[in-house]
Amino acid sequence: MSDVSTELGNAGTAIRKANDEGRAALVGYLPAGYPTVDGGVDAIKAMVDGGVDVLEIGLPYSDPVMDGVTIQRAAEIALAGGLRIRDVLGTVEKVAAYADLPVLVMTYWNPIERYGVDRFAVDLAAAGGAGLITPDLIPDEGAEWIAAADKNELDKVFLVSPSSTDARIGLTTASCRGFVYATAVMGVTGARDQASDLAAPLVARTKAATGLPVGVGLGVSNADQAADVAAYADAVIVGSAFVKALNAGGPAGVRSLTESLAEGVRRERSTPVAR
Amino acid sequence: MTAVLPDQLGHFGRFGGRFLPEALIAPLDELTTAWQQAMADKTFTDEFERMLREYAGTPSLLYDATRLSDIVGARVLLKREDLNHTGAHKIRNVLGQALLTKRMGKTRVIAETGAGQHGVATATACAYLDLECVVYMGEVDTERQALNVARMKLLGAEVIPVKTGSRTLKDAINEALRDWVASVDNTHYLLGTAAGGHPFPAMVRDFVRGIGDEARAQSLELLGRLPDAAVACVGGGSNAIGLFAAFVPDTEVKLYGIEAGGDGYETGRHAATITAGQVGVLHGARSYLLQDEDGQTIESHSISAGLDYPGVGPEHAWLAETGRATYRPVTDAAAMESLRLLARTEGIIPAIESAHAIAGTLEIAKELGPEATILVCLSGRGDKDMDTAGEWFGLIDGTGKA
Repeated sequence: MSDVSTELGNAGTAIRKANDEGRAALVGYLPAGYPTVDGGVDAIKAMVDGGVDVLEIGLPYSDPVMDGVTIQRAAEIALAGGLRIRDVLGTVEKVAAYADLPVLVMTYWNPIERYGVDRFAVDLAAAGGAGLITPDLIPDEGAEWIAAADKNELDKVFLVSPSSTDARIGLTTASCRGFVYATAVMGVTGARDQASDLAAPLVARTKAATGLPVGVGLGVSNADQAADVAAYADAVIVGSAFVKALNAGGPAGVRSLTESLAEGVRRERSTPVAR
Repeated sequence: MTAVLPDQLGHFGRFGGRFLPEALIAPLDELTTAWQQAMADKTFTDEFERMLREYAGTPSLLYDATRLSDIVGARVLLKREDLNHTGAHKIRNVLGQALLTKRMGKTRVIAETGAGQHGVATATACAYLDLECVVYMGEVDTERQALNVARMKLLGAEVIPVKTGSRTLKDAINEALRDWVASVDNTHYLLGTAAGGHPFPAMVRDFVRGIGDEARAQSLELLGRLPDAAVACVGGGSNAIGLFAAFVPDTEVKLYGIEAGGDGYETGRHAATITAGQVGVLHGARSYLLQDEDGQTIESHSISAGLDYPGVGPEHAWLAETGRATYRPVTDAAAMESLRLLARTEGIIPAIESAHAIAGTLEIAKELGPEATILVCLSGRGDKDMDTAGEWFGLIDGTGKA
């Protein structure tokens, strides 16, 4: 944390702007290419119109071990439709041109390694992308990505988990730029009825290790859950619920869910969230 | 003999490592510690050896296959893993990991299976050691392998058909990993091959290395020297690494891994991962894999379900890159011809997987010459493959009768 403004990067700066308004930021996820490349762009634009603060665009992958069935199905449909990495970069470019907010790509590691780590970093930056969230890349294996991201001033969002030791949280947060992604549950993506009692202690442990914003994802699907998480986290990350909203109501459904979640993260907090 | 590799983070050169969600890293560290402590604890290793001896029937025989040798044109020694309980080398791995599961105080085991062989072996070990067992199996495979589903159920396991992705082995692994992220407190993922994130490649190797350790000692006793070559089929690569581990330091012994060439490597319909030569990350480790230009996994093709996997264990990738072992494909047709050859010359019906090793041996013998002695891992028996063999050779008529 030698230079906090640098570490905050693109997404962290946007999250802190929301925090300065006394609220948590809303981070919204949708996969590129779902249901089609153009349809995906429209759906992501609907998140922007609904008031999301940071965007995550998923890069569909054949073997998504961190994803529950909702996002798995979306990835399968995108790939069956012939989606290529260049289409993902094209989606980033269109969305970044449309919206003045950070656009991150969430991706499993092999497609990036195959594309070429340096080449991807350069092309992502050129498309206006803000960085990567890497669910199956730990900093221990991430030297090449870390170097490429630093060179291109891209965010590096690694994950911490309820099972992470304090030592691992220290290692991981020291490698992050932008924010830290805290997974609220031991499990995969997907809506859950029950709030997680693992998330708040994890956020507290993470904040003890870093000054970076901490976002909480996995299982948040409605405004009440978003408000609950916003009470202790800097950002609330929602994914599968957006895919479901898109399935049920198209871009209008996505926009409606975004507005509802944006209201959730703005509800009055009983106590201020420590930085 | 302790191998130098992998390093502490599970790397074999540039291969291996851990490419998995952070949620699994601390549990993998715990598993690594538990495994290393167990292997240093004579109580554990004695019990493992007792189970192998009294329950699995090891050491397996080393058989001097004289009639096959006449046809092959070199002396062939068969390591008879097909005679083990449950009919393959896999019993060694599942007993080791199941015993480790008990030691860690976990009560539930999950596993992936393709055609069902690893599922049946896992269900067997769980019945033997009184562990809850859940097996993930691609829906396509549950339909193709109904008899093995019945075996697993009879042994008390729950079989969950996987309905996502290609609905085959790789998707069963994905689904088992998803279960494990949510259940790791009380559950061990009993991975079926020497692949995956650290410590699985090294741990599975050490549980199955009895294949090569026994065969090395048996060769010395029979020949007064080591064989000239050791040959095994490679899918994920557990029987091959189990055979090779003992011989890696013996540089005079050539090592050959036989990959599944499917319809022929040149057709693109194969499972010859190392031959295809593309490095990437799949199921937790860097190794060779079948992938497209964008790094999406390509489905593999082989007549042998046990070799039909688009990845391979990272230690094989390292042995290939360093040149210590040589990997080459043989086609479905060549493997099936060798299956019949072994049946007719020795009265042994091998698994189609193991028949690939025999087919490779026919080629290797031509290169090494008639004075050579070739050790071959006969990794499993062919009972499970009789439907496929019957169809291939036209032994079953339209009413399903032989």
